[in-house]
Amino acid sequence: MSSRRFVLRGEPEQRLDLSPLTPDRLAGLDIAAIEALALHTTRRCVTVGDMFRVHAGDAEHIVIEGGSARLDRVGAAMQSGTLRIEGDVGQLAGRLMAGGRLTITGHAGDWAASGLRGGVLEIAGDTGAYLGGPLAGERTGMRGGVVLVRGQAGMRAADRLRRGLVIVEGNAGAQAGSFMVAGTLVVCGTAGALPGILMRRGTIVLGRANELAPGFVPTTGADLVFTRLLARGLAPLSDRAAACVLAARSRHLGDLAALGIGELFVGV
Amino acid sequence: MPDLTEPFIRNGVAIDATYAEAFDMRATALVITAPTLRWARIAANSMTGFATSVIGCGVEAGIDADLDPEATPDGRPGVRVLLFAGSTTELQKQLVNRVGQCVLTSPGSACYAGLAGTEPLRLGDGLRYFADGWQISKRLPGRHVWRLPVMDGEFVCEGTTGLTKDAVGGGNMIIMGHTYSAALEAAEAAADAVAATPDAIAPFPGGIVRSGSKVGSKYKGLIASTNHAYCPTLRGAVAESALGPEVGAVLELVIDGLTPAAVAAAMRAGLAAVIALGPQRGACRIGAGNYGGKLGRHHFRLHELLP
Repeated sequence: MSSRRFVLRGEPEQRLDLSPLTPDRLAGLDIAAIEALALHTTRRCVTVGDMFRVHAGDAEHIVIEGGSARLDRVGAAMQSGTLRIEGDVGQLAGRLMAGGRLTITGHAGDWAASGLRGGVLEIAGDTGAYLGGPLAGERTGMRGGVVLVRGQAGMRAADRLRRGLVIVEGNAGAQAGSFMVAGTLVVCGTAGALPGILMRRGTIVLGRANELAPGFVPTTGADLVFTRLLARGLAPLSDRAAACVLAARSRHLGDLAALGIGELFVGV
Repeated sequence: MPDLTEPFIRNGVAIDATYAEAFDMRATALVITAPTLRWARIAANSMTGFATSVIGCGVEAGIDADLDPEATPDGRPGVRVLLFAGSTTELQKQLVNRVGQCVLTSPGSACYAGLAGTEPLRLGDGLRYFADGWQISKRLPGRHVWRLPVMDGEFVCEGTTGLTKDAVGGGNMIIMGHTYSAALEAAEAAADAVAATPDAIAPFPGGIVRSGSKVGSKYKGLIASTNHAYCPTLRGAVAESALGPEVGAVLELVIDGLTPAAVAAAMRAGLAAVIALGPQRGACRIGAGNYGGKLGRHHFRLHELLP
């Protein structure tokens, strides 16, 4: 059985909340009920039927054809199944997602994977700031799951990461891994200034870093058994990330301005 | 007493029409890696030392197989170790004690789960406190490990390993030769064959036990004593001796396996190896130990395992 398809009719006139369009939330609904679901974020009502042509298919597998930077909260709180967006999405993609697989073939906005709890979120393009990070007032960011960004990430990727794995195959902006509590962040390209600043625990692997915070001290262990284990674990997700881990040439402990038992591997 | 009425003959070797009686056990498996296979084996040998019988050691353990780097979690040479005990509690206790004293301490070692199992047994979860607060918990895809800083770097240890309640202990074969050297050669051949069988071990020294035991003793408090019916030096002195005049020495293999099928496969391989040697170079007769079928629910009949 083919996937259930939502074909975007055109560019939205307002930002839309696409969180209802997940396999678990659409389970048991017929086409008419789905088309009546509200997506608007302003006082002007917009339904699924207004914005998408809906084609029946396997309810566990959803494809959204056509993207826009105005499509927010795609896959938010998703529990299971697969959701594929063929195009760009706005902010908060995969917010509080707990399971399943969310694939975005274009770019994603800020706060993608915010507060992720489980599942896999893959972004083929670039993503904005605060990848996996918390919203204002929340204590921690991602608490589980895997985020894979094939392109670049904006500033403060993996902010306050608590648990889980974040892979950025391209470059990352300033302060990647800021305030990390635990978990693992791999940036295969170059990280912006002050990666891992005020991290408490956790692992950051960088292909290249220009400026480390003063709270990081060089130590031994670039060739630990753990790096072999990590590379093997990453290989099925990203060959580039696995190679990046094995190419690490130095290891730093920090940030000593916080708890100070995080680690930062750097290739060059 | 084995039934000696109708022995089977294979390649001149008499096989008693009897069976090995075996018991349900709890078991687990580990993968130990190191920078070289030599050091992986040193750690494994140390950990499985003094683990011949649950009667006095708490656990029966041995190396199941050497592992190529491609087959280990961290891409280094390794070995797979099996441990068997009579209870989950004892198995858990022995597991943490032995890994903590013999694997954690061995240069360059790392330790991973070697069995998925039906329930978890604590491994790194029980050893992490050695790091005195410097331990690092890492959840990797499909694996949770603890990293303990030690003087040569880090000891990486998986949080848990798996427990199986389907394990079987006490598969056995009693190898009888005209001479001591013939019995030993046959037992060595059988031990090598068992060692090559996956998911099974022969926990006694070199896979062979020369002091096979019976249940009970004339002395109060001893739960096992020498199997006098198979002691050649007592032939003639004990009415219930199982040995004819042609037997000069007896050695036994005890086999534990993760499943009844693994024990059967190991016994089948051992029997084939002994029979292939023939009665002049090796055993003239093969028997098996049992308790009349009253104690263990697994009965491995020798004639059903013949090549």
